[in-house]
Amino acid sequence: MNALDRALTHPLTRNVTPERRPFDLAAYEAGGGYGGLHTAIGKLTPAECLQIVKDSNLRGRGGAGFPTGLKWSFVPMEDGGPGHKYLICNADEMEPGTFKDRLLLECDPHQLIEGMILAAYTIGADVAYVFIRAEYLLAERLLREAIRDCYGKGYLGRNILGSGYNLDMHVHSSAGRYICGEETALISSLEGKRANPRAKPPFPQVSGLWGRPTIVNNVETLCNVPHIIERGAQWFNDLGLTEDAGTKMYGVSGRVKNPGCWELPIGTPIREILEGCAGGMEDGYAFRGLLPGGGSTDFLVAEHLDLAMDYGTIGKAGSRMGTGTMIVLDDRTCPVAFVQNLVAFFARESCGFCTPCREGLPWSAQLLAELEAGRGQAGDLDTLAMHVDFIGTPGNTHCALAPGAMEPLASGLKYFREDFQRHIDGRACPYCEREAAA
Amino acid sequence: MSELIPALSADELAAIDAEIAHAPYRDAVAVDALKIVQRHRGWVSDESLKAIARHLTMSADELEGVATFYNLIYRHPVGEKVILLCNSVSCWIKGCETLRARCREGLGIDYGQTTADKRYTLLPVTCLGACDKAPVLMLGDVLLENVNPAGLMATLGASGEEGT
Amino acid sequence: MNIRIDGVEYPATKDRNLLETCLGLGLNLPYFCWHPAMGSVGACRQCAVLQYPDEEAEQAGRGKLVMACMTPVSDGARFSLETAQARRFRQGIIESLMINHPHDCPVCAEGGECHLQDMTVMVGHRDRRYRGRKRTFRNQYLGPLVHHEMNRCITCYRCTRFYRDYAGGTDLAAQGCHDHIFFGRHEDGVLESEFAGNLVEVCPTGVFTDKHLVHDYTRKWDLQSAPSVCAGCAVGCNTLPGERYGRLKRVHNRFNAEINGYFLCDRGRFGATWVNDERRLDYPGLRGEDGRYNAIDHHGALQRIVSSVERGAVAAVGSPRASVEANFLLRLLAGPARFCPGFSAVEQPLVGEALALLRASRATVPDIATMETADAILVLGEDVSNTAPRIALALRQGVRNRAYAMAAGLKLQDWQDAAIRNLAQDQRCPLFIAATAATRLDPVAARSLRLATPEIARLGLRVADALAGDNSNDYSHDNSHDNPDDHSVHREAAAIADGLRDAKRLLVVSGTGSGDIAVMQAAARVAEAFRDTGREAMLSLVVPEANSLGQALLCEGNGSPDLDALAASAEAGEIDTLLVLENDLYRRAATDQVDRLLANCQRVIALDQLDNPTTSASHLAVPAASVIESEGTLVSLEGRAQRCFPVFPPHAERHPAWVWLLATLKELGREAVSDWHHFDDVTRGCAAAIPALAGIAAAAPDHRFRNHGVRVPRQPPRYSGRTAMRANVSVHEPKQPEDEESPLAFSMEGLNRDQPAALLSYVWAPGWNSNQGLHRFQADVGGPLKGGPAGIRLLRANGGATPLPRHATAAFAVEADEVLLVPRYRIFGSEALSAISPGIRELVRPACIELCAADAERLGLADGDGVQVGDNAAALPLRIDDAMAPGCAGYTAGYRETAGLAPNTRQRLRRVAHFSPPGPTVIGSDRGGRHG
Repeated sequence: MNALDRALTHPLTRNVTPERRPFDLAAYEAGGGYGGLHTAIGKLTPAECLQIVKDSNLRGRGGAGFPTGLKWSFVPMEDGGPGHKYLICNADEMEPGTFKDRLLLECDPHQLIEGMILAAYTIGADVAYVFIRAEYLLAERLLREAIRDCYGKGYLGRNILGSGYNLDMHVHSSAGRYICGEETALISSLEGKRANPRAKPPFPQVSGLWGRPTIVNNVETLCNVPHIIERGAQWFNDLGLTEDAGTKMYGVSGRVKNPGCWELPIGTPIREILEGCAGGMEDGYAFRGLLPGGGSTDFLVAEHLDLAMDYGTIGKAGSRMGTGTMIVLDDRTCPVAFVQNLVAFFARESCGFCTPCREGLPWSAQLLAELEAGRGQAGDLDTLAMHVDFIGTPGNTHCALAPGAMEPLASGLKYFREDFQRHIDGRACPYCEREAAA
Repeated sequence: MSELIPALSADELAAIDAEIAHAPYRDAVAVDALKIVQRHRGWVSDESLKAIARHLTMSADELEGVATFYNLIYRHPVGEKVILLCNSVSCWIKGCETLRARCREGLGIDYGQTTADKRYTLLPVTCLGACDKAPVLMLGDVLLENVNPAGLMATLGASGEEGT
Repeated sequence: MNIRIDGVEYPATKDRNLLETCLGLGLNLPYFCWHPAMGSVGACRQCAVLQYPDEEAEQAGRGKLVMACMTPVSDGARFSLETAQARRFRQGIIESLMINHPHDCPVCAEGGECHLQDMTVMVGHRDRRYRGRKRTFRNQYLGPLVHHEMNRCITCYRCTRFYRDYAGGTDLAAQGCHDHIFFGRHEDGVLESEFAGNLVEVCPTGVFTDKHLVHDYTRKWDLQSAPSVCAGCAVGCNTLPGERYGRLKRVHNRFNAEINGYFLCDRGRFGATWVNDERRLDYPGLRGEDGRYNAIDHHGALQRIVSSVERGAVAAVGSPRASVEANFLLRLLAGPARFCPGFSAVEQPLVGEALALLRASRATVPDIATMETADAILVLGEDVSNTAPRIALALRQGVRNRAYAMAAGLKLQDWQDAAIRNLAQDQRCPLFIAATAATRLDPVAARSLRLATPEIARLGLRVADALAGDNSNDYSHDNSHDNPDDHSVHREAAAIADGLRDAKRLLVVSGTGSGDIAVMQAAARVAEAFRDTGREAMLSLVVPEANSLGQALLCEGNGSPDLDALAASAEAGEIDTLLVLENDLYRRAATDQVDRLLANCQRVIALDQLDNPTTSASHLAVPAASVIESEGTLVSLEGRAQRCFPVFPPHAERHPAWVWLLATLKELGREAVSDWHHFDDVTRGCAAAIPALAGIAAAAPDHRFRNHGVRVPRQPPRYSGRTAMRANVSVHEPKQPEDEESPLAFSMEGLNRDQPAALLSYVWAPGWNSNQGLHRFQADVGGPLKGGPAGIRLLRANGGATPLPRHATAAFAVEADEVLLVPRYRIFGSEALSAISPGIRELVRPACIELCAADAERLGLADGDGVQVGDNAAALPLRIDDAMAPGCAGYTAGYRETAGLAPNTRQRLRRVAHFSPPGPTVIGSDRGGRHG
């Protein structure tokens, strides 16, 4: 496949090489980089850019899948008086089983920066932040270098490309905590506070960072923007195989032959990703189910393997496409322990603000641990179901962390209920016993 | 009282002030400042916390609230290198508990503990975003992928011998 | 507008959330994190109800759980509280909270008035399913006032929301994460906020409790209480002191929508337990030949008072902390010309001028709640955080009106607390402060100036001129064109006037605390000038004590002698008998002056609660009941007359001063009092005699009032052990004391409901054992009490009939070896009685002189030196504090050591050769120990 073809079909990963060599400014530009910037800044109005992004049907790639253009359109564009507007890139990739943004950040930082400049231009932001998780040290270094180079080249700073548009960009390296990935918690964190999420309304688009209009977008979302601006909404729409537009970074981890991350047309069937890209299950392991888009999505099982990985289809199947990175449950891994690991993770990462999340998640995790340790009691599954109901219903908690945390448990109880029951009846984890026997 | 609080070093101050330069409020850089000082000192002692708070014109109590929220701000001394062991689900499937057990046996430390020789501290960490290479961990600033127990012990042992 | 709840139509108000609405309708909906004064954040998720999108969904029972505190009400909205789904969820929340709660109710000070207990019972949670371990914390030492027990915490965030967001404290924060969140300080230490005590009432369970109560414990249901008024300062916060076994156990807030709302300062909350002090006088004491006092009974004392009065020329010193009635009777006894109101000679004209200005000003004299509506504030020379702390808390709310205005632009409602704070960040209404030193309000001020007192006055006058667009006044004496400092004052004044450009409601705060009449006058002029621009102006003048203004009203315009005049009179041999009412004169004037005054009188009779230097110098010391143990009317700084009632009958011979004095007058056969038998007769007599006080009789219902035919009880229905309380003395239960002076009863019999607000003796409603049940007594949740306002406003402004005085003030300059002496008040220490209350006593620091470093260097003084001010005898330690205005030496006001110092005088400071400073203040020594 030649470079142009690849750019047309794999816009996000056109610069990703097998050895993951990062593209610097020169290399990025040599491959046509900053074409979107030259197309838009000073030539298209922000309103025109917004229309293109709206028409592209780009949806947020961070997990929630909210239409990006629509989100941007909530930012007040009339002169808002003194103060700034902000664009924030959410590079706080921490969803269990998710490893797509790291790839984009480490291989092609300029693609993100170009997307951010275009997004900031569209919403009229004059300051942009990359909120990156602490452990992504390579990505942070590359981003800082890339931003420095962009200032040098006039892509950032004052009067970008002679358009009169100004934009400053900063990198904020975080200090941990999964909850920072929630956009309002991220804003609290960026303000130097405890990362407690905020109640909506008001939405960040009108009152976000330091009370000012703010857009928070995921890395992958923003990386799509230069290509959309440069090649148009129709091109982007045509990339998708189903009703959704564009490509998607899909990934598979767990006991598969070839775990990894691939850019594919959105709507690629699960089986094609799982078997075609990831090579199917490791020898000696059989497929039991998967979480389609990170640790806070519901299980899908064998009957779902031919579904298209897009927002609508996976939603109808009772789960969410989430981040699009699947975690595979095999037949030798205990589903109860699998869920316990996830619930314990979310309990640890709760910000501690609202009661159901702060108290209910550790309680659920403790119950699951009891089950796994063979100390389950009759009625425990009812208690777990109660938690699924209480914690798992959106709106019952302050933010979306806890409902997400309950998705694997809710669907686990549905698809693997027998396994749960056997833990109680047999007063032991059958998987541990089998491993011990083997 | 103020003379009891050790000053921040020139390097630390310069780095913190660079952050303050583009922040609307001094205390907005609380997390950055904690990280800067931790990078220089390995951890954030009570005295460091007070010094940072004073520089940011905020109370030590409020800064403590921020510092203790984030798991990668260390309010206790840590070893020369922190082992951040990913125990999220993909790494768990691929055997991170075995790595943890090996640390317990080989180094005598579990989560939150530091080896007697102060070389290593073991902490669990949120999914490191390298699930295709599970299990993974960070040893200091280095991401180790597809870690197997024997290899891990060799790495840790080797760096242990280096030091002696 | 109507909403439907469980199929019933109810009226609702648009700007209210659903939780407030439900509580206002009398529905029992449990909650934790919402607070009527602090709004909603949606943390606890306890107030969940089911919301139906439409009628069809309601029929089918298909709805969505919403948090009532975060849900605005809209016309036709449909909800259910009672549906099983909502009930189960609320029960689940309590069950989750109980995972870590220690169930230590039997040993918890909150037990019996615990909101968590109430809510647990309300939702019906009983059986525990959680099998894991409970989380444990190490508690902190938070000082002598507030006890910390973190294991009880249910993480509702109310404490930090009050302490930080509402009261501006910075040393209490949420720490940690997930289910391990700790509310406390960075390290052990005394909580810094002067409002920390409110944590006791804000915390819905027993994490923060009253340390004094913990160590001298009684359950709420065993406490006897009555409506009282805080005597700590002139604000007049309403309180509910609680008593058992004749000891004051604690003081709770008594809600008054116009004054203190839900919150008290720590002087008020913890400063009344001096009434349990061992130095209280129990019996009259007659000084014998040997100088020792011999106890006599009240008959003997009365005879001696009467014979002393009959024998010769009488003069009397009243007290600005004693009730209007006691002062009135004393004045009746001595005659107006021989009645000194009991202010210091410096204070008397200041308080008089404050009253005159309040009358002359056409600006509104605001209550505390009205102060909170200001959209611009100017504080001139008054350190309200220390002289009238509750005002400081109100000013902190006032500056947030900018946030509410911004929120309105986004259609956010006022109760959406977190959203509004995130939106506004640090944008506030302009608050300008001019003071002689830094103040605790500086962090929320737009501009905080440190100026010498005369400069503050000049700044005020210039602001007034700038507002009036008048730049012609050059205050010809002030040589302003030569003085570079004056240019800066001028510039600052212009900036302030400019900062008030968009304001619609200006509040000007000043008072006697600067010690300078000109400062108050300047404040009044600013208010006047602002009002003249067609906008609303408020003027609040702080006076020192609980009844300072009442005393000024009593003595208004009749030239009452001040202490200096009295001393002169005594010197001239014109006083045989001096009667001193509840007043330690050694706090009002220099020791040698008071010594001379007392020595020059033949007989000194001191009527007071506590042994103090004045009673010790008297020939007859007569014990008086405290404000907690007697009836009385106090007039607050806004001119509001408020009634206190005795919480419990005083011990031994501690009769209320009005009783002693009325009995004396009757013994003397004074015609005026011949028909007076009750306290109410005295009040009415005073109202009739003093036109300015005509309103006081209406401050509360008189003793004949009955509530639905019965009295209002002081004891709650569950008051227990009345037969057992004295079992160690006698197994016979004595008859309960009868209260002949008020409509209250020393008993649990009666009706604590529907009464006038001035008679609210405790807050308790079925299912609501904690103070959170207050909404059952409110006409509107968070709003005024059903019984109407408490107290009555006495001040009638004369509508600008008297022109405001206009003085030129000389430019400020001190000679090379001089300083300007300026008073510095302290919340703990400057008020004498609260300062000896256990707890507060530990926080009182010794008096000192404060100078900025430059001045200290100029004068060749160093930190820790002992200095003498002028010819004042006492040597005081010097503290270098760069918060002081240049040229000014602050002296700790209200202390005996500084009683002889005159504010705003130019003085030389002399270093004392061999000075041993007072020992280090003990910050905390009582861990686990006992107070008192």
